[in-house]
Amino acid sequence: MSWDTGMPLLVLASSLLPGLVIFFLPEERVVTRTTLNLAGATLKLALVGVMIWGVLYGHHYETRLPILPGLDLVLRADPLSILFVALSSILWLVTTVYAIGYLEGSPNRSRFFGFFSLCVTATVGVALAGNLITFLLFYELLTLVTYPLIVHRGTEVARRAGRTYLFYTIAGGTLLLLGTVWLYTLAGSLDFTARGFLSGLDGAHHTALVIIFVLLIGGLGVKAALIPLHGWLPQAMVAPAPVSALLHAVAVVKAGAFGIMRVVYDVYGIQFAATLGVTLPLAIVAAVTIIYGSMRALFQDDLKRRLAFSTVSQVAYIVLGIAIVGPVATIGGLVHLVHQGVMKITLFFCAGNLAETLGIHKVSEMNGVGRRMPWTMAAFTIGTFGMIGAPPLAGFISKWYLGVGALDGGQGWVVFILAGSSLLNAGYFLPILYAAWFKAPPDSWPAERSFGRRETAWALLAPPVVTALLTLAAGLLASAPFSPLQWAHFITTLEYAL
Amino acid sequence: MPWLHWGVIAIVLPLAGAMSCFLWPRRAIPLGLVTALGIVACVAGLGWQLVEQGAQRYVVGGWGAPLGIDLYADGLSLLMLMATAAVGLGVSIYSIGYFNREKARYFWPLWMFLWAALNALFLSADIFNLYVTLELLGLAAVALVALAGGAEALTGAMRYLLVSLLGSLFYLLGVALLYHSSGSVDIAILAARVESSPAVWAAVGLISAGLLLKTALFPLHFWLPSTHASAPAPVSALLSALVVKASFYILLRLWLEIFPPTSAVLGQLLALLGAAAVLWGGLQALRQTRLKMLIAYSTVAQLGYLFLAFPLASITGWTGALYMLLSHAVAKTAIFMAVGNILYFGGHDRIADLDRVVQRLPLTVTAFALAGASIMGLPPSGGFIAKWLLLEAAIRSGQWWWGGILILGGLLSAAWVFKVVGYAFTRSRAPHESRAVPVGMEWSALAMSMVAILLGLFASWPLALMEIGLPFGGKGAE
Repeated sequence: MSWDTGMPLLVLASSLLPGLVIFFLPEERVVTRTTLNLAGATLKLALVGVMIWGVLYGHHYETRLPILPGLDLVLRADPLSILFVALSSILWLVTTVYAIGYLEGSPNRSRFFGFFSLCVTATVGVALAGNLITFLLFYELLTLVTYPLIVHRGTEVARRAGRTYLFYTIAGGTLLLLGTVWLYTLAGSLDFTARGFLSGLDGAHHTALVIIFVLLIGGLGVKAALIPLHGWLPQAMVAPAPVSALLHAVAVVKAGAFGIMRVVYDVYGIQFAATLGVTLPLAIVAAVTIIYGSMRALFQDDLKRRLAFSTVSQVAYIVLGIAIVGPVATIGGLVHLVHQGVMKITLFFCAGNLAETLGIHKVSEMNGVGRRMPWTMAAFTIGTFGMIGAPPLAGFISKWYLGVGALDGGQGWVVFILAGSSLLNAGYFLPILYAAWFKAPPDSWPAERSFGRRETAWALLAPPVVTALLTLAAGLLASAPFSPLQWAHFITTLEYAL
Repeated sequence: MPWLHWGVIAIVLPLAGAMSCFLWPRRAIPLGLVTALGIVACVAGLGWQLVEQGAQRYVVGGWGAPLGIDLYADGLSLLMLMATAAVGLGVSIYSIGYFNREKARYFWPLWMFLWAALNALFLSADIFNLYVTLELLGLAAVALVALAGGAEALTGAMRYLLVSLLGSLFYLLGVALLYHSSGSVDIAILAARVESSPAVWAAVGLISAGLLLKTALFPLHFWLPSTHASAPAPVSALLSALVVKASFYILLRLWLEIFPPTSAVLGQLLALLGAAAVLWGGLQALRQTRLKMLIAYSTVAQLGYLFLAFPLASITGWTGALYMLLSHAVAKTAIFMAVGNILYFGGHDRIADLDRVVQRLPLTVTAFALAGASIMGLPPSGGFIAKWLLLEAAIRSGQWWWGGILILGGLLSAAWVFKVVGYAFTRSRAPHESRAVPVGMEWSALAMSMVAILLGLFASWPLALMEIGLPFGGKGAE
């Protein structure tokens, strides 16, 4: 096996093997476990770095394993998968550091980190899947390995959230399976191909193709938390903060959004999807989700719940970018996949810090917290301004491309959605910032832990600061080579054959 | 070398094993294990032979049909033999720790005898031999059920005995009718001679009724849950994984080879009952308060899947059903082993009190969850491949509603699997009393569940073996 065929397997193995070993480690082997975690995450990052370089220089990374007559499991690195793999492996490293700090001294850590590694393995598998059946395999695997993380605390609330999560995701997986099999019987192939492989089937199977599209998007929309399939996400915020980070930024909702990209661009092909007439309904669903998520976020006092509804809204931007047919909007959607991840993970890290250090869970408890935890709140501030779309942060780039793309594609109404959503974003984020920075702190915090002269533990503080800097960098250095924006340009030239 | 046929050894070896386990009960475990390994080797040898030379017919003692006993091995038989060998080896290893010395004396000879009956059944080439082996199988199985001792097990065994005898009786009547109208019991000869006539239809009805009773297809499943739940765990595994499949195998074989081609209505009826079984079994499983009953009802549901292939009548459908049979055999064995461990450890299988037990058995819960993933058909697992093939066949034949049943059944299975696995993630105190589970029992459960998962990654190999001798290429094909 040459390097090029083995590479995708190595990327998977770099988190799978440490994860499996960690399951068997006794609780108290903290050093071994931490070493394994960090070594795996670093190695994965290095391997992904090599792959990025390789893809740019024309290497073809592909592994195949036949599972059924005529169907292979395919792992392949193409520009789109690189976008997602790079995002998840960078954020995985950061989240691992954070999780190590966050869970210090709590029970069942070997189990937690085992599933944590499996979760990232499944995500990378989703990213590298070269056809729909491989995608389905890792997508379902992701459901299974995330469940133990959501119910990790073992409380009744956590278990209820876990059950809701399973109910939604398993039902979604079923729709996806049905659509996939049906598609296979029609097309005889499931390999992702730039600009799709279905356009030849239109005449005879028009209705079937539309129904299959609905099935596939329905299955993927559950994880992407599109309305009305979003119900599990706000409930799942009872999970520990690193898990929320994983759900909202690295793995689960991203897998859904990424899947929608794959289906629209590489199964149907964006032009063919537009001809079928399925993109406008998708855009409308996304628009409704954006506004609805923001409206709900306005009225949440629980900080993580507010962030969860904000995710519902923000992930729909990605879908909107896909559904406005046109290269500029596509760039906006693609780049928001990365930008939303970086910004949202910052916010969840900060929320976790507030909870762990001061016992703050509610927005109404955040008065004056900026003075107690300036670094955390600075990171939080960058994250929120990014979400609102203030220049020169990452979120601005996304919204700019989405807006221009909508005008390009002749869909002016989208601009109003974007503007309205930005207003709502400001409406639910700015009061937090005002309270945190300008209101007087209370006499005592709900449950304060002392960390000496530092505001909180290093392992908790460094990750949000790093991701906040990434948010800044993604905006400021958007035109530098290897920035998410440039990579999104690269993908778009392929998908539109520009 | 006609005197050295792998199939014959695969039948004689477990018989010899049964005899020696019976004669030297103190050495039963090593003798049984050596026999088990020997049988696995034989099946591997037979598989190799089939791959090299295609389907095999072997005339025992040189007499030949219609007088003598013929053995016939093709891909279908091979797959059944392989499933039996895989499950058999796992159960043998598991049983070392499970049974105490007193029980082991009885278990090993009976189990070896059961294995011999199974292998003989899968290799029989005529319908009368099938009857004989079916009867032997039933008797061995009843004795094994009674092994648990106690009133519950004995009642279960007695009910099972009556059902088993009744089923065999119906089957035998059908065989007699066929013999009377066609003058032969050899499957190949019958295949050429049978025509649509009232006598043949009566025979088909009797044979089907008998076999459906033994396969516990809804609504003839009434005897299965209590019997499977009251037996010792390794025996439950054997019953669910293999014994009910044996009568299904006969039905499938006769359907493909002998039954008149106009049995389309019967096919729809079977699938309808199968669909009812999937839904009913799934719902009943969710209502159970005891874990073994839950698993037993899930077997009822899973058996229903096998019958969905009948109206699809395509090679994809048949291979899907057969793959379902294989992966269910392996996965259900793993699950019964896991449940056995839970019972062994905590002394009970009340679902509501499981939290204190399952948290202390991480390997067992992992085995349960992995095997459960296969049962509900999540990728990558054997169950997923089977579901995929059946779905594909259903959509291709335009009968998508059978696919809907598959989907619903998967959701119902997911519900019970997670109901149980969820208990591993609760906060609970240590159990009052517990008994350490032997390492071999935990690991054999895990190993079986790993096989169920691997069946999803390396499916092309068993799928290719199935096609040897084109068992589905006859009347059953498109």
